[in-house]
Amino acid sequence: MSEPVGESERGPVTHMAATTKLDYVFTPGVAQSKNLHGLEQGKFIGQRCPKCKKVYTLSRGSCPTDGLPTDEIVELPNTGTVTTYCVVNVPFAGQSIEIPYICAQILLDGANLSFMGLIQEIPTGDIRMGLRVEAVWVAPEELGPTMASVKYFRPNGEPDADFETYKEYL
Amino acid sequence: MSTFPDLTSGHRPVGVVSFAQYDNVRREGDHNEVEMLMPVVAEVFANVGITKDDVGFICSGSTDYLVGGPFSFVTALDAVGVWPPRAESHVEMDGAWALYEAWVLLQEGEIDAALVYCFGRSSPGDLTEIMAVQLDPYYMAPLWPDPTSLAALQAQSMIDAGMATEADFAAVASRARRSALANPKAQVAYDRSPEELLREDYEVAPLRRHALPPLTDGCAAVVLAAGDRAYELCERPAFITGIDHRIETHALGARDLTHSPSTELAGRKAGVDKKKVDVAELHAPFAHQELILVDALGLADDVELCPSGGALAANPMMSAGLIRIGEAAKVIWSGQADRAVAHATSGPCLQQNLVCVLEGV
Amino acid sequence: MSERCAVIGIGQTVAKAKREDVSIAGLVREAAVMALEDAGLTFADIDAVVLGKAPDMFEGVMMPELYLAAALGAVGKPMFRVHTAGSVGGSTAIVAAHLVAAGIHDRVLTVAFEKQSDSDAMWALSVPQPFSTPLLAGAGGYFAPIIRAYMHRSGAPRDTGMKVAVKDRLQALNNPFAHLHLPDIDLKMVEDSIMLWDPLHYLEACPSSDGAAAMVIGSERAVAQAESDTGKRPAWIHGMAMRSEPTMFAGRDQVNPQAGRDCAADLYRQAGISDPRADFDMAEIYVPFSWYEPMWLENLGFCAEGDGWKLTEEGATSMLTGGDIPWNCSGGVLSSNPIGASGMLRFLETALQVRGLAGAHQVPDARRALGQAYGGGSQFFAMWVVGVDKP
Repeated sequence: MSEPVGESERGPVTHMAATTKLDYVFTPGVAQSKNLHGLEQGKFIGQRCPKCKKVYTLSRGSCPTDGLPTDEIVELPNTGTVTTYCVVNVPFAGQSIEIPYICAQILLDGANLSFMGLIQEIPTGDIRMGLRVEAVWVAPEELGPTMASVKYFRPNGEPDADFETYKEYL
Repeated sequence: MSTFPDLTSGHRPVGVVSFAQYDNVRREGDHNEVEMLMPVVAEVFANVGITKDDVGFICSGSTDYLVGGPFSFVTALDAVGVWPPRAESHVEMDGAWALYEAWVLLQEGEIDAALVYCFGRSSPGDLTEIMAVQLDPYYMAPLWPDPTSLAALQAQSMIDAGMATEADFAAVASRARRSALANPKAQVAYDRSPEELLREDYEVAPLRRHALPPLTDGCAAVVLAAGDRAYELCERPAFITGIDHRIETHALGARDLTHSPSTELAGRKAGVDKKKVDVAELHAPFAHQELILVDALGLADDVELCPSGGALAANPMMSAGLIRIGEAAKVIWSGQADRAVAHATSGPCLQQNLVCVLEGV
Repeated sequence: MSERCAVIGIGQTVAKAKREDVSIAGLVREAAVMALEDAGLTFADIDAVVLGKAPDMFEGVMMPELYLAAALGAVGKPMFRVHTAGSVGGSTAIVAAHLVAAGIHDRVLTVAFEKQSDSDAMWALSVPQPFSTPLLAGAGGYFAPIIRAYMHRSGAPRDTGMKVAVKDRLQALNNPFAHLHLPDIDLKMVEDSIMLWDPLHYLEACPSSDGAAAMVIGSERAVAQAESDTGKRPAWIHGMAMRSEPTMFAGRDQVNPQAGRDCAADLYRQAGISDPRADFDMAEIYVPFSWYEPMWLENLGFCAEGDGWKLTEEGATSMLTGGDIPWNCSGGVLSSNPIGASGMLRFLETALQVRGLAGAHQVPDARRALGQAYGGGSQFFAMWVVGVDKP
């Protein structure tokens, strides 16, 4: 005798695996392309808003408060300040960096917006706000239009920055 | 004393006073969504001499699956510059529904103007695959039906019911693309007869290439203003006298695909038939769908259909609906028409429909 | 002119890590049917449906309102889908309420949900983007540095966050719908749990839940009918507000965002609130990571800037110790987090409280309550005030 329609001795269906794979072509845009080309040359590029004059790093092309194109290119140095940070200890799928690692907001000298970066060459217990850091780039032949051209940031030996100099960039 | 048209929906007259759209292209490879929106937002404000500080509410329409990443509407906000903080909202739907949300808020009287914008690029991913993810995840999506095939089912149903022929579809496409020649924002425009179009091969029978929408990258924006503010910004605002939207069931097998009861109901609630309609901008991505919509809205033979070319001329996802409203507003502003109907659709085979009636005084 | 409107029906599912017994439609219907029954209504009585949820990648269904139209009785009706990141549950309720306040509809069903076990939530939150390195390990990785900045600014003791984590989970024990029921939780257990993103321990972070929430919002006419049919009183909406600001801009205060302060100021003006701590009887506030309680206490004006941690430390926000301004009596986001629904759960809980229907976690004689939800990089805010009295 067969089972009644809609029933099974295996019990109700609790899940249905439906794999979805979608490929996308990503357009960084004009502004981000400039940033990426800068990275390819081992340089950080900032972009200044014509109205508020703030210099944005990793800009997507627009000043977020004025909605205007950030057209003026500003070359930024390799050095900056850690404005805040956290120590990541959570394992997750696709993780490429060994835990625990320090994830910090880095304000490059001359920029008005910090961005997230990896900090290495310092014990996780020694990380602090105000730490002065410098970028460590990959070997010249490995440079490409990607943030992966920057291996990480490390302390550069300068005395910690005064809180006043970065307090509005937390 | 300003004069306003009689309203079927709501109690406060809200007018479309400005509209801007990107050049609709197959592939915008240089600029990202923010860079596409910035000039469009700048233009929509400049048209009426205002800035972001003059609108009390901002609402946008877009969807993550077109971009390929979550929270894609968040970075788009940078195109406006939401500072100082502003009342702002977002729908994961065509901008026409974002306009509806703004219209509702304007009814209450706390604010007098709103910005609505939307964007959608079909080029980053394979749209035919992406649209399958919009379907019932248990019964339909795993079959990966593409939108053209689903539309073809609908078109075939019309033929089987004796309601239309392939020649009728070709006639719609021929007219729309010819009208599009006069639209500088059109992506696909040509002057070809229905007979010539019928010689094309089928893409998915009974639909040939001409009956399909183009793949488009685009974005658009609209400014709404209420009461006297509308007249301060625009000499002849396109007032929304009626606006309504309705949805049908998702399961295609449970619907009569040859009719659009949701469009009919929305049209009735929006008061389409209260007065003569001069122009109708219908969001019919597939040619056969225009016939269904004309029937649902009860449009007379003398109504000018899609002078912009409609979605057959350019079909930026999440934007083509708002663009219909913008194009309808344009014919009111120019005096070309006194009363226009704009329509927007969402979901497979016209599942959800919004109807908006615009009038100039 | 705004019409008066009120919550007349409330429904929610028991939040769990995985609801394997229902489809997405089944999940939302559970909450919707409960809300309708609470209001003495059927689907036929509803004029419009407003659905809200977080990014579609959480379930792998694009624009799910289309698939859910029939399940939510929306066929032939207007249906809307709101998405404002984490605040979405709150903004969805606000969009629904505006449909009534603007005089468009009498009865609106609003539903928010997330069935995030269907996909991979951590992946969906931060799908890797080309040209950048995936550093962020989930939302906590984004907020932990901001929390560190708060700790530095305010000089708060290190265990303030942990105290919130304990309080909210203990309060959740009185909420049968909460996901986490951890009766043995104490400071030591929190401190011993793995440090995920320093300074946040595992037990200071929200869970990942499947869940749905629903409310029926009605006009004065609908309220009169519901009261007469069910004998239950409504939760009148005294005010509602939304504000957004950009995620990142030069000089942005991420610790005490302007958008949050502006949103609260607008809301309090509407609702006639001059002293939040005194004027509210309780609050349901979006606290997904422990330290956001002291931070939001300041942002929402319950105390002066820098003093939020003091209210937490002295037990002012704890229902268990008789605090004068209990926060998150339901257990809050720390105890249940179906992301798209969490904002609505905050609003829904405030309505339960002023209607006197919160059962074991009822604040005695709660007459006015504040609901708040935030989303994105602390940039989207949705808030409302509900009360016993008709405004």
